Amino acid sequence: MDEFGAMDSPAHRLDARAKAVATIAFIVAVMSFPPYELSGLAPFVIYPVVLLALSGIPPAFILRKVLIAAPFAICIGLFNPLFDRHPVVLPGGLVVAGGWISFASILFRFALTVSAALVWVASSGMHRLCAGLERIGAPRAFVVQLLFLHRYLFVVADEGLRMRRAMDLRSAGARGPSLRVYGSITGHLLLRALDRAHRVYAAMRARGFDGRVRALRETESRIGDAAFVVCWIAFFAIARKWNLAEALGAWITGGAR
Amino acid sequence: MSHHIVEARDLAHVYPDGHEAIRGITFRIAHGESVGVIGPNGAGKSTLLLHLNGCLLPSRGEVRVGEFPVTRETSPQVRRAVGMVFQDPDDQLFMPTVLDDVAFGPLNYGLAPGEARQRAVAALERVGMANLQEQTPYRLSAGEKRAVAIATILAMTPDIVVMDEPSSNLDPRGRRRLIELLKSFEHTRIIATHDLELVLEVCSRVILLDAGSVVTEGPAADVMNDESLMLKHGLERPHSLRHKHPH
Amino acid sequence: MHMADALISPAVGGTMWAASAGLLAWCARKIRQTLDDRLVPLMGVLGAFIFAAQMINFTIPATGSSGHLGGGLILAVLLGPYASFVVIASVLTVQALFFADGGLLALGCNIFNLGFFPAFVALPLIYRPIVRDARGGVRLWLGSMLAAIVGLQLGAFGVVIETTLSGISELPFDKFVMLMQPIHLAIGIVEGLATAAVVAFVARTRPEALVMPSAPVDFSVNLRPVQTGLLIAAVIVGGALSWFASSHPDGLEWSMGKVSGREELESREAGIHEDMARVQEKTAFLPDYGFKTGEPEETQAWPAVNAGTTISGLVGGAMVVALAGLAGYLLRLRRKTA
Ligand SMILES: Nc1ncnc2c1ncn2[C@@H]1O[C@H](COP(=O)(O)OP(=O)(O)OP(=O)(O)O)[C@@H](O)[C@H]1O
Ligand SMILES: [Mg+2]
Repeated sequence: MDEFGAMDSPAHRLDARAKAVATIAFIVAVMSFPPYELSGLAPFVIYPVVLLALSGIPPAFILRKVLIAAPFAICIGLFNPLFDRHPVVLPGGLVVAGGWISFASILFRFALTVSAALVWVASSGMHRLCAGLERIGAPRAFVVQLLFLHRYLFVVADEGLRMRRAMDLRSAGARGPSLRVYGSITGHLLLRALDRAHRVYAAMRARGFDGRVRALRETESRIGDAAFVVCWIAFFAIARKWNLAEALGAWITGGAR
Repeated sequence: MSHHIVEARDLAHVYPDGHEAIRGITFRIAHGESVGVIGPNGAGKSTLLLHLNGCLLPSRGEVRVGEFPVTRETSPQVRRAVGMVFQDPDDQLFMPTVLDDVAFGPLNYGLAPGEARQRAVAALERVGMANLQEQTPYRLSAGEKRAVAIATILAMTPDIVVMDEPSSNLDPRGRRRLIELLKSFEHTRIIATHDLELVLEVCSRVILLDAGSVVTEGPAADVMNDESLMLKHGLERPHSLRHKHPH
Repeated sequence: MHMADALISPAVGGTMWAASAGLLAWCARKIRQTLDDRLVPLMGVLGAFIFAAQMINFTIPATGSSGHLGGGLILAVLLGPYASFVVIASVLTVQALFFADGGLLALGCNIFNLGFFPAFVALPLIYRPIVRDARGGVRLWLGSMLAAIVGLQLGAFGVVIETTLSGISELPFDKFVMLMQPIHLAIGIVEGLATAAVVAFVARTRPEALVMPSAPVDFSVNLRPVQTGLLIAAVIVGGALSWFASSHPDGLEWSMGKVSGREELESREAGIHEDMARVQEKTAFLPDYGFKTGEPEETQAWPAVNAGTTISGLVGGAMVVALAGLAGYLLRLRRKTA
C-alpha cells in the first residue's frame, strides 16, 4: 500500500482533504439508498473507477483487497434471504425472495464503499492523509498517533513474525502454545515494544522534542481541489435524487417504464 | 575552544533493575578528537554513550560537555551540542518521510520551515541521500537508513557526534562510504563499535571498556596491537595490524 | 466484530462518528494535560504491538481451538483509559483504511464498540477494582476475564443495536442478539485469558514496566451500584446464553476467524458456510424460498419492486457500469501514453 502512496499522478496531487471530503460524501450517498436499491447505485461506480484510473494504481490490487474484506459483509448479508422471503418478480417471470435483492444490494454497496476508500488511501499515502486529517480538524494527538502507529507497524510486526516463526519451528505442528508459553512470548514482544518506545523517545529528545511533533508541509489549496470536491458532490446528489441508470435503460429499451 | 571538551568523572550508572552497567568511568576527550569506545558485549558502551547527551543521567559522578555538567536542566543545551546516532536507525527515523525526519531537529530548535528544509536537504546531500527525500524510512535499506540517521544529526549542526555501532548491518560498500564520511568530519567524534578496523581508520585514540570499567586507553594502534589484552577482553587484534607488526 | 459500511445507514454511522470523534477530542485533551511527552512514541509502538500480537495464537485450554489477543483491554491496562482509547481508535482506523477491515462509515461504530467499553467501562469499573495492584493470582485472572467479557458483551450488543437501527440487514434483533452475545462470551474469555497471561508475565519479569507514565483514571463518582449492576447483567447474559455456545461449537471458530487476521481466510470461509448451513437447517427457512416461477401466493404490500422498472434498471445499470469501466480504461491509457 505504501508503495502506491509514494507514486505521483493527478490523483496523488489532489489535496488529501479534497479526496477525503469527496470520498465521505460518496459513502454517505451510497449508504443512504433504500435497502432494495440496485440500479440506482450503478452510476456511483464511476467515482472509484475514475479515481483509480487517474491514480495509476493497478486495479487488481484494489480488487484483491476488496475480496479479502468481503466475508463479513457476505456473512451478515446472507441472513437477508433467510429472513426476508417476500417474493419479488424479476424480469422473465422469475420470483425470488426479496432478501436476495437486498443481499445483492449490500454486496454492491460493500464493493463500492470499500473500493472508494481504498483508492483514496492508496492514492494519498499515510503522511499526506494525516496532514489532510489534521487540517480538517482531527485532534493532533490522534494524527500523531496514526503516524507513529503506521511507522512502527511493520517494524514491530516483523518482530512478531520472527517470534511466531521461531515458535512454529519448535512446536511440531501444534496449533498454538499453551497459555503460559503464550504469555511469555507475547509478554516478550510487549517488553520489546516498550523498550523500543523508550529508545524512540530518547532519540526524539536527543533532537529537541518538546511534546510537539512538527512537520514540514506545503499548504497551498488549489482551485482544482475545490472543483474536484464540488463536481463530485454535485454528481452524487444528482445520482442520488434521480435514478440515472434507469433513465438510460428506459431510453434504450424504448420507454418500458 | 574549550566548548567541545567531553569529560567523565567517576561516572556510574545503575539501571532500575539494580544492574550496575558502568562503574566509575573517568576520561577526557579534547576538541576535534576522534575516539573509539571498544569492549565486549555488555561492557557498558551503549550505556556510557547515552550519558553524553543526557538520555541517561549518572547515578554517581558526572559528565561535562564544554562548561556544563550534564543534568536534567542543562540537557536541552547539551543536546544541541552533542548529536547522537543510535544503534538501531529504526528508532531514530520516526517521521513519515526522510525529509520530515531530517528537518525534525531544526524545526524543534525554532527554525522557520523554509530554513529547516534547506538545512535538511544540505545534510542529506552531505551523506549522499538527497534523492531519498520523499521516501518512507521503513522502505530504505540498512545502509540508507544509517546514512539518513547521520543526516538527521548533521542537520542540527552539532559540535560533537556520538555514534553507537555505526557500521553494523552495512555491506562493505556502505561501510566504506561511512568510513570516508566519518574521516571527513571535523567534529569531535566518539564511536562505540565492534568494528575494530573502522576504529583503526577513523579514531586516533581508543577507550577499552569491560564489565563497566575502563581497562585501558591510549592511541588506537597501540592498544589494539596488544594481542593478549585484546583476547582477554573478548576482542581480537585487527588483521591490518598483524600484517604491519608480525610477532 | 468489525462492522462493515454495507450494513450501516448514514444516520447511524454519522451519529456514532460524532460520538467517537467527540470522545477522541476529549481524550486528546486529557492526554495533552498530562504533559507527558513519553506517551507519543509509547502509544504509537503499543498500537503496533497490538497488530503484532494478533499474529501469535495460543491453544485455548480444554478446547481444540486457538485464540489470540484482541487488544482493547491490555491497552487500557497499560495506558489508562484516555491514551488507550486514542490507540484503539488509531488501530481501527489503520485497519479500516489499509486493510479494508471494517469500513469508513462504520468506523465510528467500531471505535465506539471496541474502544469505549474496554477503556471507560471494563477498566475503571471492573478491572481496576478487582485486580488493584495484584501481579498475578486469582485477582488478576478473575479481573481480566470479567473485564474482557463485560467489555466484549457490551461491544457486541453495540453491534447488534447499530445494525438493527440501520435496518439494512434483515436479521431480526432477537436472533442477532442470540448469535452475537454467546459468541462474544467465548471471545471475551479468550481475551481475558490472553490479557492475564501477558500481564502476569510482565509483572513477573519486569514489574516496573507496568507502572505506566501518568495514566490517570479516577472518576470521582460512586461506582458501586453501576458496578454490581454490570456484573449481574454479565452473569445473566453469560449464563443464560451459554447453552447457545455449547450447542453451537462452531460459533467460536466462526467468531474467532472474524476477529483474527486474514491468514486463516479460506478455512474461515468454509467455517462460515458450514455454520450458515447449520443455521438454515435449524431454523428451516429454506423450504419456501428460492427461485420460483409462477404467481406469488402472497400479495402483501411490500416495497414495490416491479418488473418493468427492474428491466430498465438492469439494462441501464449494466450500461452505466460498462461506461464507467470504459472511461477508466481510456483514462489509464491516456496516462500511460502521456
Ligand atoms: N535498560 C536496561 N535495564 C537493565 N539493564 C540494562 C539495560 N540496558 C542495558 N543493561 C545492562 O547493562 C549492561 C551494559 O549494557 P550496554 O548495552 O551498555 O552494553 P554494550 O557494551 O553496549 O553491549 P553491546 O556490545 O552488546 O552493544 C549489560 O549487562 C546489559 O544487560
Ligand atoms: Mg551497545
